[in-house]
Amino acid sequence: MAELDTSGGGHKKGPGVKKGKKLSTRIDLTPMVDLGFLLITFFMLTTTLAKPKTMEINMPYKDPTMKDEDKNKIKNSVALTILLSKNHRIYYYEGIGDNPDVQPEYHSTGFNQKNGIRDEIIAKKKMVDDLKRSGALTAKDEATVLIKPDSTSTYSDLVNILDEMNINDVKVYAIIDISPIEQDNIKTTETANGIK
Amino acid sequence: MPHAKLPRKSTHIDMTAMCDVAFLLLTFFMLATKFKPEEPVVVKTPSSISSIPLPDKDIMLLTVDSKGRIFFAIDNKIKRKALIDDIAYERDLKLTDAEKTSFALGASVGIPLNQLKSYLSATPEQQKAMDQVTPGIPVDTTVNVPTNELASWIKSARNTNPQLRICIKADGEASYPNVARIIKTLEGWKIFKFNLITNMKSIPPGTAAYADSHAPSSEKK
Repeated sequence: MAELDTSGGGHKKGPGVKKGKKLSTRIDLTPMVDLGFLLITFFMLTTTLAKPKTMEINMPYKDPTMKDEDKNKIKNSVALTILLSKNHRIYYYEGIGDNPDVQPEYHSTGFNQKNGIRDEIIAKKKMVDDLKRSGALTAKDEATVLIKPDSTSTYSDLVNILDEMNINDVKVYAIIDISPIEQDNIKTTETANGIK
Repeated sequence: MPHAKLPRKSTHIDMTAMCDVAFLLLTFFMLATKFKPEEPVVVKTPSSISSIPLPDKDIMLLTVDSKGRIFFAIDNKIKRKALIDDIAYERDLKLTDAEKTSFALGASVGIPLNQLKSYLSATPEQQKAMDQVTPGIPVDTTVNVPTNELASWIKSARNTNPQLRICIKADGEASYPNVARIIKTLEGWKIFKFNLITNMKSIPPGTAAYADSHAPSSEKK
């Protein structure tokens, strides 16, 4: 798209007359506009994409000087304990598992959309709601999820399970260290189910 | 037969106005763009439905890569200068002014304190090479041991800027104990509230959060 010489040429004056060729002063701005818009596109895309999102997380207040009787006790009936293990597997059991004599039954699931941990959390919430309605629990009780990631789980497991808390609107949840008994129980469940 | 001769018009359009607009917009975007701070390692964060934007200032960023190495950064140049002064004094690092300036102008650091002096005196290219092999900032589960260098960094940073928000940007593949040690360190300094940086993910339909986001005005029972 080069600019054409529109000045009319120098033929009218006849052969003897020398005249400087008149050049157009107009510059073709098209490539410049192209460049401008290319850069605009670049800057527009970089600005919008560089906005990361965050997830806020509150850990329970911990103080070594805190006395045992000041701590809140969670009722066994409202609690669901979720253990995160390797290969994004989840083990869970009802209650808080504080009775050393009776070990709770371990179930295994995953983060899948269907029949995953989400269904269990929803079922737990429904159960707590039902118990509240029947009067077995007071209105102050909430479904509580205890998250215990083990040493083989990854950070994405933790974020995913915290995300499930947000997705399912679980108000009370906590990240707790896994106990050696629970580690052993995971191993037993794995061998029982034939998972290496 | 004579026919009306249409006046020949030039097909050229005056591009000047369009050019003006293009460059005006270009200037706007150039000034408005805040580039991502340079990151020493590539981190692929997991996704969540959370949509809280990251605050613009007063951020302490703890980056954890897939191997569990920890990198530390705060945002403000003046605060970075104060931080390096503080930590050099606390840990008796004997840094020169040039090395301190190098820290103030740099980005994330992920080097143990005993190698910090040689890291800061290196050129940016050498620093990049060192970032690839560094073991990351050493961390422990308790804060009151000198081997927990991350605890010293956090303490000094909070001395220089008490309003710092702590953000953890960890790779999804990082193993949980690495992240747990950071959380333990934060708890040791009585920090119980912090942010995890995640990608956006759409809310799955049929869940409580989905119902909330689609009917924000109607109160749920």
